[in-house]
Amino acid sequence: MTAVIEVDGLRKSFGRARALDGLDLTVVPGEVHGFLGPNGAGKTTTIRVLLGLIRAGGGTARLFGEDPWSRVTTLHRRLAYVPGDVTLWPNLSGGEVIDLLARLRGGLDEKRKAVLLEKFELDPAKKSRAYSKGNRQKVALIAALSSGAELLILDEPTSGLDPLMEAAFRECVEEERQAGRTVLLSSHILSEVEALCDRVTIIRAGRTVDSGALADLRHLSRTSVRAELDRPPEGLDGLAGVHDLDLAGTRVSCQVDNSALDELLVRLTRAGVRSLVSQPPTLEELFLRHYTDQP
Amino acid sequence: MTALTTGRRQPAGPQPRAARRGLAGTGPLVLLALRRDRIFLLIWLYVIVGGLASTTYSFRHLYITEAQRASLALSIRNNPSFLALSGPVYGNSLGSLIIWKAGLFCAVAAALLGIFAVIRHTRGDEEAGRLELLGATVVGRYAATAASVAETFGACVLIGLLIAVVQVLFGLPAAGSLALGAAVALTGWMFAAVAAVCAQLTESARTARGMAIAVLGLSYLLRAVGDPAASLHWLSWVSPLGWVERIQPYSGARWWLVGLCAVVSVTLAGLAALLAGRRDLGEGWLPARPGRAQGPAWLRTPLALAWRLQRGGLLGWALGFAVTALVLGAAAKDVGSSLNSSPQTRDVILRMGGHAGLVDAYLAIELGLLGVVAAAFGVAAVLRMRGEETEQRAEPVLAGPVSRIRWAAAEVMLAAGGTGLLLAVAGLATGLAYGLSTGDVSGQLGRLLGAALAQVPAAWVLTGLAVALFGLAPRLAIPAGWTLFGVAALLTLLGPSLRLPQWALDLTPFAHVPRLPGGDFTAVPLLWLTAVAVALTGAGLAAFRRRDLT
Repeated sequence: MTAVIEVDGLRKSFGRARALDGLDLTVVPGEVHGFLGPNGAGKTTTIRVLLGLIRAGGGTARLFGEDPWSRVTTLHRRLAYVPGDVTLWPNLSGGEVIDLLARLRGGLDEKRKAVLLEKFELDPAKKSRAYSKGNRQKVALIAALSSGAELLILDEPTSGLDPLMEAAFRECVEEERQAGRTVLLSSHILSEVEALCDRVTIIRAGRTVDSGALADLRHLSRTSVRAELDRPPEGLDGLAGVHDLDLAGTRVSCQVDNSALDELLVRLTRAGVRSLVSQPPTLEELFLRHYTDQP
Repeated sequence: MTALTTGRRQPAGPQPRAARRGLAGTGPLVLLALRRDRIFLLIWLYVIVGGLASTTYSFRHLYITEAQRASLALSIRNNPSFLALSGPVYGNSLGSLIIWKAGLFCAVAAALLGIFAVIRHTRGDEEAGRLELLGATVVGRYAATAASVAETFGACVLIGLLIAVVQVLFGLPAAGSLALGAAVALTGWMFAAVAAVCAQLTESARTARGMAIAVLGLSYLLRAVGDPAASLHWLSWVSPLGWVERIQPYSGARWWLVGLCAVVSVTLAGLAALLAGRRDLGEGWLPARPGRAQGPAWLRTPLALAWRLQRGGLLGWALGFAVTALVLGAAAKDVGSSLNSSPQTRDVILRMGGHAGLVDAYLAIELGLLGVVAAAFGVAAVLRMRGEETEQRAEPVLAGPVSRIRWAAAEVMLAAGGTGLLLAVAGLATGLAYGLSTGDVSGQLGRLLGAALAQVPAAWVLTGLAVALFGLAPRLAIPAGWTLFGVAALLTLLGPSLRLPQWALDLTPFAHVPRLPGGDFTAVPLLWLTAVAVALTGAGLAAFRRRDLT
């Protein structure tokens, strides 16, 4: 089975600024793949290379096994794209834009379009200049989701959506997965990726720093714990599965593998717990703690 | 609590305070506007003051004796087309003749400066969302309108003062020069204020700009009809441009008209501020029309998209061309007779226009002028691609199964086709009007259509140049494209009367167009021009296919 997206050692510089510096990304058919990284990591640049909008500076990029730069029209017939920052023609209505983008691709599923318009509560008769950022994003999303394309490339598609619309968006991605389509979802929000994706690729400063199934990424299967205790705790130091321990008198903060969570809590309760906060690590923490020193 | 607040705030009175609060932040906004406009304003300043100064310079040498001046003034008064195009001439003084030649040009240029500057800083910024960012700081409700108006009024005053100084330096009377400067500056004021009102009416900067320019166009037309016909003089009195003409600076300036223009400007600007203060940000006073819920069936290709986006603009251009060409064509019949009385003017016209009859020479000049203006449409339509690219509106289209070439070729086709359409309209309208006035519609229609279409290849060369720049040097495309267009336009329009060397004149593609009507038709230069245009376009498209979208 050939990969839908196969990027290997991709490089790209703009003047002296290096945007991509040996990036790897593999997306296999039928998966929802999270493409995770902080702002400026090179997510959009990678996508623009994959769309043939800019040329790779080094390394290889393959879309459906073909060169995205030279095979633009054949490849684009098979994909739909939602940019992160959607700009539309101000004097065209949302409905006109949706129909135009779909027809350029060869047609759209009218029934699905009607369902999506309903679901995202979009008024297609409004001129684009009157749309908010979220509504412009909905226009691009509806055009992409009603296209029936094999591959959806979504660049931070929920950045302007409210929580209700985000839920609608997640349902749609789930439907696409069940229909056997492939999705590349770029994001800087870990929880969104966790909720939707089968596998993730984490990038930083133009390089891939981690990639795999979510469950396999050990950094992601940790819990971050902060606690305030009655007395200084004992026996935390050197406890297997506890990382980044920060002990200051009666205050504790650390990251713990989920397998060692039980043991940690036992020791904390022994010292008398006054308050406890536990949460999955945020992307920021991951980058701060695990990916900063890696090249 | 209540006692505290009422006790302190009442004495100052709510009204003046509210107004002052509404103007908060105006000062910094004026500085911001000046910072953003510094190049823009310098160019306009140069065009207006430089244009007038060059006319003054050449007229001082062309019309030395009283007899020469009287003969020119007489020929103008006897020629309706001159009166329609450039307005009346008051007296025989050198100053009055200069104003007849360049005054209306300066006034219209100042009006356009006012319109562009005000819309840019009011509705333009509002539509782009920048006013929202500013509005969240300590900026009052009237500040954006007040700041843009203040900046523009200031720029116009500066231009007026420079005009006065330059004219005095050329030896013209001081009072008249000052009145001329005031006339030009106040035209800028009036249309800046008109634009400020238009900016309150619609949600779209483009529509607002179009409305203000339509008011300017209507003002020009009203006086173009009113000036030549004694019975219709009242029409000129309805037009703001008519008032400006009637200030008649160098023959007993009417200062009360200067005052009238100032009062109208300030009143309109105040009205704009009032309207701005009473509406929501982003809204217009005119109700916004909803769009279509579905795309029309034909909206399925890049060419259809280009047409959908530009049809409104193209229609406006075509209307402008039709009206202008009708006026020019209707006036043509009278040119020959009255021009014979002024050997100098006749000499200039002949130099610019070829060797056949004077009417044909006049028509050839006017069609050449329209050719240059049509090229401006083509260049603008091509450079729009760069805007689509930087604003990332090209991206969704190019992310579909649309090759670079197909997208760009559609835009270029619209630009080239639009240019051709405009010139066809110009030729037909000129032919119709001139044919009706001479009773020879069937003969003139084809002849002048052909003459107008002969300009098309030359206009396409400038369009092709813009495509080449877009492909090869995208970051420079917009400034370089317009600069090259400006150079070509100046060489075409002013080159012959400045007696530039032949090699310099040959730099503009329009120099190679056979002088039609009247001259000999030769296909070879037209084929060459077309070949150059095609080559430039091809080079640009090939380069665009190979470069990154930036």
